[in-house]
Amino acid sequence: MYGFEAMTFNIHGGYLEAIVRGHRSGLLTAADYNNLCQCETLDDIKMHLSATEYGPYLQNEPSPLHTTTIVEKCTLKLVDEYKHMLCQATEPLSTFLEYITYGHMIDNVVLIVTGTLHERDVQELLEKCHPLGMFDSIATLAVAQNMRELYRLVLVDTPLAPYFSECITSEDLDDMNIEIMRNTLYKAYLEDFYRFCQKLGGATAEIMSDLLAFEADRRAVNITINSIGTELTRDDRRKLYSSFGLLYPYGHEELAVCEDIDQVRGCMEKYPPYQSIFSKLSYGETQMLDKAFYEEEVKRLCLAFEQQFHYGVFFAYMRLREQEIRNLMWISECVAQNQKSRVHDSVVFIF
Amino acid sequence: MGECCPPMDLFRSEPMQLVQIIIPIESAHPTVSYLGDLGLIQFKDLNSEKSPFQRTYAAQIKRSAEMARKLRFFKEQMSKADLPPSKSARQVDVNVDDLEVKLGELEAELIEINLNDEKLQRSYNELLEYKLVLEKAGEFFHAARSSAVLHQRENESRDIGDESLDMPLLLEQETSTDPSKQVKLGFLTGLVPREKSLAFERILFRATRGNVFLRQTVVENPVTDPVSGEKVEKNVFVVFYSGERAKSKILKICDAFGANRYSFTEDLGGQYQMITEVSGKLSELKTTIDVGVLLRGSLLQTIGEHFEQWNLLVRKEKSIYHHLNMLSLDVTKKCLVAEGWSPVFASKQIQDALQRAAFDSNSQVGAIFQVLHAKEAPPTYFRTNKFTSSFQEIVDAYGVAKYQEANPAVYTIVTFPFLFAVMFGDWGHGICLLLAALYLIGREKKLSSQKLGDIMEMAFGGRYVILLMAIFSIYTGFIYNEFFSVPFELFGPSAYACRDLSCRDATTAGLIKVRPTYPFGLDPVWHGSRSELPFLNSLKMKMSIIIGVVQMNLGIMISYFNASFFRSNLNVWFQFIPQMIFLNGLFGYLSVLIVMKWWTGSKADLYHVMIYMFLSPTDELGENQLFNGQKTVQLVLLLLAFVAVPWMLFPKPFLLKKQHQDRHQGQSYALLENTEESLQVNSNHDAHGHEEFEFSEVFVHQMIHTIEFVLGAVSNTASYLRLWALSLAHSELSSVFYDKVLLTAWGFNNWIILIVGLIVFVCATVGVLLLMETLSAFLHALRLHWVEFQNKFYEGDGYKFYPYSFALLDDDDE
Repeated sequence: MYGFEAMTFNIHGGYLEAIVRGHRSGLLTAADYNNLCQCETLDDIKMHLSATEYGPYLQNEPSPLHTTTIVEKCTLKLVDEYKHMLCQATEPLSTFLEYITYGHMIDNVVLIVTGTLHERDVQELLEKCHPLGMFDSIATLAVAQNMRELYRLVLVDTPLAPYFSECITSEDLDDMNIEIMRNTLYKAYLEDFYRFCQKLGGATAEIMSDLLAFEADRRAVNITINSIGTELTRDDRRKLYSSFGLLYPYGHEELAVCEDIDQVRGCMEKYPPYQSIFSKLSYGETQMLDKAFYEEEVKRLCLAFEQQFHYGVFFAYMRLREQEIRNLMWISECVAQNQKSRVHDSVVFIF
Repeated sequence: MGECCPPMDLFRSEPMQLVQIIIPIESAHPTVSYLGDLGLIQFKDLNSEKSPFQRTYAAQIKRSAEMARKLRFFKEQMSKADLPPSKSARQVDVNVDDLEVKLGELEAELIEINLNDEKLQRSYNELLEYKLVLEKAGEFFHAARSSAVLHQRENESRDIGDESLDMPLLLEQETSTDPSKQVKLGFLTGLVPREKSLAFERILFRATRGNVFLRQTVVENPVTDPVSGEKVEKNVFVVFYSGERAKSKILKICDAFGANRYSFTEDLGGQYQMITEVSGKLSELKTTIDVGVLLRGSLLQTIGEHFEQWNLLVRKEKSIYHHLNMLSLDVTKKCLVAEGWSPVFASKQIQDALQRAAFDSNSQVGAIFQVLHAKEAPPTYFRTNKFTSSFQEIVDAYGVAKYQEANPAVYTIVTFPFLFAVMFGDWGHGICLLLAALYLIGREKKLSSQKLGDIMEMAFGGRYVILLMAIFSIYTGFIYNEFFSVPFELFGPSAYACRDLSCRDATTAGLIKVRPTYPFGLDPVWHGSRSELPFLNSLKMKMSIIIGVVQMNLGIMISYFNASFFRSNLNVWFQFIPQMIFLNGLFGYLSVLIVMKWWTGSKADLYHVMIYMFLSPTDELGENQLFNGQKTVQLVLLLLAFVAVPWMLFPKPFLLKKQHQDRHQGQSYALLENTEESLQVNSNHDAHGHEEFEFSEVFVHQMIHTIEFVLGAVSNTASYLRLWALSLAHSELSSVFYDKVLLTAWGFNNWIILIVGLIVFVCATVGVLLLMETLSAFLHALRLHWVEFQNKFYEGDGYKFYPYSFALLDDDDE
């Protein structure tokens, strides 16, 4: 069906695409953010949000609000929308939608495992998990002592099972191992998602490969920066890079041998799309890198809505909403802690 | 106009004024409250650039929202406890501040009761689960023990039976328990949700590498989960394990699956003791919980008595502060300035309300009321009643009338049902419709208070439209002489009779006129004759054209009233007059010809006349001539129509341009007056300053209008032929149902078939004719009004007047 999606797409995907575009128009605008940034208390934020799509989710909250409540309720809205879409979706869109949550699943697994390693209460950890990445036996993760057990006990039932094939070792879990596991899983997940999108073909493949390549490259840069100065060997580091994206394969070779942030910068600046990101940063700075990447990502996600008849909009919408929730969390935290001067540091305007 | 006749409110919308009210801050709240009671002023938002939380009364709005939240909480609790809010007999006056305190207290009390209740309920449910575990696991242990005993006995009996010499001595040693070899088996009992039980078992198996023994029993009735308080289907399980490590793993898994564990003794006596103990505790708890529920019920009861009143009060309060936020604060912060639209007749009432508010709040200064000069167009406000409102709705659905524009709803009251009835002419169906409308009107009071379905709501809203439609259909039904497609000789016998016996079956020829013409409507003798259709078609077609031309003329007449009301001579001379000439020169003339043909009984072919009036106006008419000098008349009319087109097109834009230039010149010279007048000029200048005159735009606009009118005159007249088409379809459909269903069924002489036929006939009549045909005739009548009638005069670019009124609060809040 290459190139002919327009003829048949609407049979199954038309309704949901309309829905997701409707949801997208409910995203907060720059004017909303400007108003939110002027809020004095969390109640002001609630008052402002009550005029937006978040209204029904916040209206029954008693008045001394907390940041966590706001974030929780906003996430609940996203989850409700996601569940609604998943219920309506048919193959292969339903699989596509499920793929979107695997990232959260990996994060949740890592969160629980790290938490139990540090002897935290499981119930408390479960509350911190992202609701999109929940699966049935997630709490059982606490039982596992090493990766093999982790896999054999719990993850074999989850969609993450195939990604585990590369990181089954009998080593005991420690922070380093867990971090490596996270990245290995993420790599396998991204590659799988990429393959799946390629299989779907058409505009979906085109747009998603762009978005996923960006994601893979961003992870590669982050892995490099975070592993500088640790005992991770170059070969191990290279193993964590996903085998696609703009940086693959030559950029990865260069990134693998980087020893400090300026070397990373040097090798990234050879790639025109990333030049602009790094040109905004002063030398040696990593703090603003995340924001710069987020801004670039949001720009690309918004572009996904310019085309019709593809699944990229679902991915883009979910990501944009998550970014919006991150923004709200940051604003609420700033307001709650009276740090209003820093409110613009991390907010990424979506429109 | 006021003295001689009753006020004609509907013809034009109410005159409005922009008023400014300066309210001292201490009496602001009662003032807005009184104005809300009055419901005759629409406030303008003077703080639109401010975000909601930056406004003056944001805190009060938050307070009201908080109270509303508490009330919602109460409502939810009440609906959970199945206690609907009852109408309280006594209305206690409550102050908002007191109410806030009271609501807070009540909420705290209720939450505490709920908390206690929850705690008790939780332990109650836990005990209940414990009891279940005791029973089920006890059963299991009992069964295991008895089977073990049985087994042992079997062994023993075999021992006894086989007490022969070759019995190995070792056997006894093996079967008897050997304390040294026995592994200490631990066990856990509990409940696990049934849907998770499979995964639970699987994980247990995996975690312990199969070194467990799990036994599950289904609990028949859903169990209330102590933690979530919901009814869940559960299984009782018993797990046997060996070793401490396995135990800790199993405990973690139990936690992960939300399986509640309960201690359990193997000892039979202990079990019985536990069961009795638990049962005792259960009954104890039950009474405690019952008391709690009773307490809560009485609390909710008292809340329920006042709930409606409080709810109304809180909503009023919120809307008052919402509107106070629209007012701008004076620089001195001593008074608020409100601006808003109100009808002119309401000035007195508003001033009264202001005075009362000032008096009630003991304010030293009263509010100042003044009328402002308005630049933008005022909102449109019609004072309708329950009869006229549905017709006004029909017009508003197309577009709200411009301020003070002639209101087509007045004419629609009559023309709409009439055009409907032309398409729906059948007095049988009309009576059915009438009964339905009368039912809706008769139960008006009851139905208006309750919530109806979507479609029912629509039918109820348009009940008076339906009533008129039904009455008019009965009237046109008499004219068409159709009662479920059957003609009756209601107004005397038919004018025609057979010349001889042979014509009875033929119904083709041979009828002679024996009596004077049938006095009202269609002669029933036409029914079933071969020439019925040609006759009816010709009649209805001509009638449709006449009706159409009359209605379009009415539309153009209204455009004259509009032009004279707004003092636009231009529109009278260069729009109204050429339009009248054009329409009546062609289609008015056609209508005259039609009437003349009926009158004289001439056999002239009107198609021919009309077509050749254009193609070759100078030819002789021959046998198609209806009156002397027809050719000359036609030539003059055609000439006039041709002149009317450029008359409509050219003068108006040029004159507009000239007017515009004059105005500008006048302004450039009008200086050096005294200050007051120059101020006025300034304000005039402001009003006109923005409008720039783009000649090409105006000209193109006029051209489009002209083309639309000229082409429209033809196509709109043709469009009225839908009256004929729909009425034809209606009568044909109903006669098909009558002939093919009812009469065929009757012909079988079998009462079963007759009943079936009757049922089919009734269903088809109700479903197709009374519902679908009504709908389609309604839609076509709607179209004829919106397009063919209203495009002659109606601008419809106004906006509605939404007064701030407490009476309208209920609708927009939920």
